[in-house]
Amino acid sequence: MSEGNTKKFLYINRKAPHGSIYALESLEVVLIGAAFEQDVSLAFLDDGVFQIAAGQDTAGIGSKNFAKTYRALGDYEVRKLYVERESLAERGLSESDLMPITYEDEDDDYAEKPSIHLVDRAEMARIIRDSDVVLSF
Amino acid sequence: MRFGIVVNEGPYTHQASDTAYHFTKAVLAGGHEVFRVFFYHDGVNNGTRYTVPPQDDRNLQKLWSELAEQHGIDLVVCIAAAQRRGILDESEAKRHGKSGDNIAPGFRISGLGQLIEAGIEADRLVVFGD
Amino acid sequence: MTTLHTINKSPFERSAMASCLNHALDGDSVLMIEDAVVGARKGTAIANDLREHQRTCAIYVLGPDLAARGLKPEDLIEGITVVDYAGFVDLAARNRRVCAWL
Repeated sequence: MSEGNTKKFLYINRKAPHGSIYALESLEVVLIGAAFEQDVSLAFLDDGVFQIAAGQDTAGIGSKNFAKTYRALGDYEVRKLYVERESLAERGLSESDLMPITYEDEDDDYAEKPSIHLVDRAEMARIIRDSDVVLSF
Repeated sequence: MRFGIVVNEGPYTHQASDTAYHFTKAVLAGGHEVFRVFFYHDGVNNGTRYTVPPQDDRNLQKLWSELAEQHGIDLVVCIAAAQRRGILDESEAKRHGKSGDNIAPGFRISGLGQLIEAGIEADRLVVFGD
Repeated sequence: MTTLHTINKSPFERSAMASCLNHALDGDSVLMIEDAVVGARKGTAIANDLREHQRTCAIYVLGPDLAARGLKPEDLIEGITVVDYAGFVDLAARNRRVCAWL
């Protein structure tokens, strides 16, 4: 476990957005949780990779387009978004199909750095084992 | 050991609330502590006292309320998820100009911070959903 | 520090079980609950895959869910252990974290 009262929270996102509310309400937990100064990681696997796909437009279905909120996660100190490489490939996607999500590194003259990290399945399994609290949506 | 429990589905459509209920009872029977049961997504629908299931079926809301009363368990309904789905306590009903509230005994409405706190304070957080 | 993975979906309907098994590591425990218990039967299309994973993981099934679906312990793949809700709690306590595959 991590030091003191800080725990490693892992949010596992496996569902596509918009067909159900899980993606949106998961994101709401992440945003609220950011205030608790825990060590936060987000995992996108299986259909969850579509949550951060570029070019989402919900105008035609009349529901809220919360996709741009992912791009603001850096402002909430949420900087570790792990995307499973195999999940992308199985769906005919590559990293270029994802939104660019970045954060400003205050320790490096506010340089813009990528928050998205592509990991393979074995690495994703280790990320799960490395966490203290797993929230699945 | 201290457990936090998350219920992400309402009663009856999915089994999640039933499983969470039986799990919570087993946690208590095993001599463990339940720090909190947090109801999120459609799980907030477990917390309305207006459900009237047929008499030969279980009443999940009542079962949860009784468990809270007998063991002093903290049953928390997420406020944002509850407002979307029409679960209100007296002050929320008043605040939003609704004619009445429907929160069941033993449940309270609070923020998502209560879920994060359960994750921090509990030794194990167990999620039930669909 | 091992993980208890819970699965509640039939492997014949959703990918949760496949995904779970692909992310379970040596020494982890996998518990099938609710509709997932139908995947514990022997002679199914996924039985061989499950047997492969039994080399590294312990696989459990929740007894009350099994009975509710008309399945009997003798129907199960060899080596799968039936537990009750108390056993579920013990598994959650024995492992370091619980990961739900919903």
